[in-house]
Amino acid sequence: MSNRRDFMGMALGGFTALGGIGALYAMKKTWDPLPSVKAAGFTTIDLKDAPENVLVTEKWRGKPIFVLKQSKEMVAKAKKSKEIDRLIKIGNDYYMVAVGLCTHLGCIPGYDPSKEGFLCACHGGQYDSTAMVTKAPPPRGLDIPPFKIDGTKLVLGEQGPEYKKMLANGITLPV
Amino acid sequence: MAHFDENAKPFSHQWLNDRLAIDTLKRVLSTEYWIPKNINFLWAMGMVLAATFGILLISGIFLLMYYQPNTKLAFDSVNYTIMTEVGYGWLWRHIHGVGASVVFLIIYIHMFTGIYYGSYKRGRELIWLSGMLLFVLFSAEAFSGYMLPWGQMSYWAGMVITNLFSGGSLHADGLVEWIRGDYVPGQAFLGRFFMLHVLLMPLVIIGAIVFHFGTLRLPHVNNQDGEEIDFEESARLYKEGKKAESKVIPFNPVFLSKDVFVMGIYFIFFFYLVFYHFEFAMDPVNFDPANGLKTPTHIYPEWYFLWSYEILRPFPTDPGLIAFGFAQVIFFLLPFLDRSPNVAPASRRGAFKVWFWLLLIDMIVLTFMGKLPPQGIWSTIGLVAALLFFALWIALPIITKLEKKL
Repeated sequence: MSNRRDFMGMALGGFTALGGIGALYAMKKTWDPLPSVKAAGFTTIDLKDAPENVLVTEKWRGKPIFVLKQSKEMVAKAKKSKEIDRLIKIGNDYYMVAVGLCTHLGCIPGYDPSKEGFLCACHGGQYDSTAMVTKAPPPRGLDIPPFKIDGTKLVLGEQGPEYKKMLANGITLPV
Repeated sequence: MAHFDENAKPFSHQWLNDRLAIDTLKRVLSTEYWIPKNINFLWAMGMVLAATFGILLISGIFLLMYYQPNTKLAFDSVNYTIMTEVGYGWLWRHIHGVGASVVFLIIYIHMFTGIYYGSYKRGRELIWLSGMLLFVLFSAEAFSGYMLPWGQMSYWAGMVITNLFSGGSLHADGLVEWIRGDYVPGQAFLGRFFMLHVLLMPLVIIGAIVFHFGTLRLPHVNNQDGEEIDFEESARLYKEGKKAESKVIPFNPVFLSKDVFVMGIYFIFFFYLVFYHFEFAMDPVNFDPANGLKTPTHIYPEWYFLWSYEILRPFPTDPGLIAFGFAQVIFFLLPFLDRSPNVAPASRRGAFKVWFWLLLIDMIVLTFMGKLPPQGIWSTIGLVAALLFFALWIALPIITKLEKKL
């Protein structure tokens, strides 16, 4: 008698658990980003006319993208501090291209051309002109979006060889 | 089988009693639910909270009729439709905004009353734990509601708070994107937080309130001296008419009439804020529509989250997140970290008295520092106050272990 009841209890419990897991899976998938959101992920920007030491902000996947053409002094400084690898070289010009969201908690840092650096007002983090972190709390420099160089243009969202090299060298984390 | 009186008229007292046991219910839940006489106005905060929750629910129902959970329409549906077109729409919004802010003031008073009088020990642990659960649920409810007007503060608070789930160096961006349903807060984000705010969280909160009341029924409320009252003996005296000798009064109507008096005073204050000072609950920055390409110069949460925000701020990402996590859960552990058997007001508990006031002052200092920009002396004071917060919680088991038994 007791065995029969146990069996029925376990059978019912088992099928209920199975259904529950299925329901949880469906709920998880319902919360996932929609395919249309995922697909709208490529943006092309032209760097040709970017002025030196003036921050240009583009938009990619809803996120701000910082573009900062480096002046000669900034390039010299970056070479000295070994941050030159963070820059994208097109012809003889160097560009800082990064996701403009603080790596701490995602606020947008502001750029001060006279100090050649970024300050995040939320929690006081600072970055230099290559967007490398110079004052905590941010744990690392601004992340570099996946890019492919196409003449003077950048295709954001596509992974070119230069970007793959940056990833491999640990210059940026995947975004 | 139960006995049903055939002659009872439908819906008469007898008829209802046979079917619902209304006399028993009334006795157990109100007329013979005993409250000690030795209490003060701070014991009314529970009913003040219940009433404020009721007001939030009613004002929310009216806002819900015109609010549009759509990133293109949300801002205008609040700031234009509800505020200017809907008859008395401004009233519901100001009640809802002020209520959301004031409910936290009362929650903090309610919490610190419990800490001061030791009302989390000796059978009252579950009252404390369910109360802390309600604090977390109210925080989630307040945060999700703050997203809905879709202004600059809504957007950027949403960005910062969801980023907390990346776990710092764990870099769990997938989880963050999953929570948002997008790379950044957008339509999917607004839709799900709308659902959480108007349905799921209120349902869970109502359940938790019922549970909180349930945990109170057997241990009864504490009193000003932490005295262990023989409730059965005191109830017998009261029912025999020896009300002066009895140490208790019934919840209904005697204690409730005191509650209603305190609520009367409270609602004068509450509606003074609603009609004359509603702006304190309305951040001017949130009157700019959400813009994902521009962070406001100063981002800060509403005043009731400032102390825990300030604990996050002075540290690098990972230690900051750990500190923040610690601050969120540590109050849950209070009944187990307080090693003293004494249930008494803090004023009679030696070192605990100092601990209590230091904690209260420290949290007020953290609150003020959280609002100020993170620069110079403010950063230093914030860091010291954050470190003191941890030192206090680490010291608690030691000082209470050494406390003399009263």
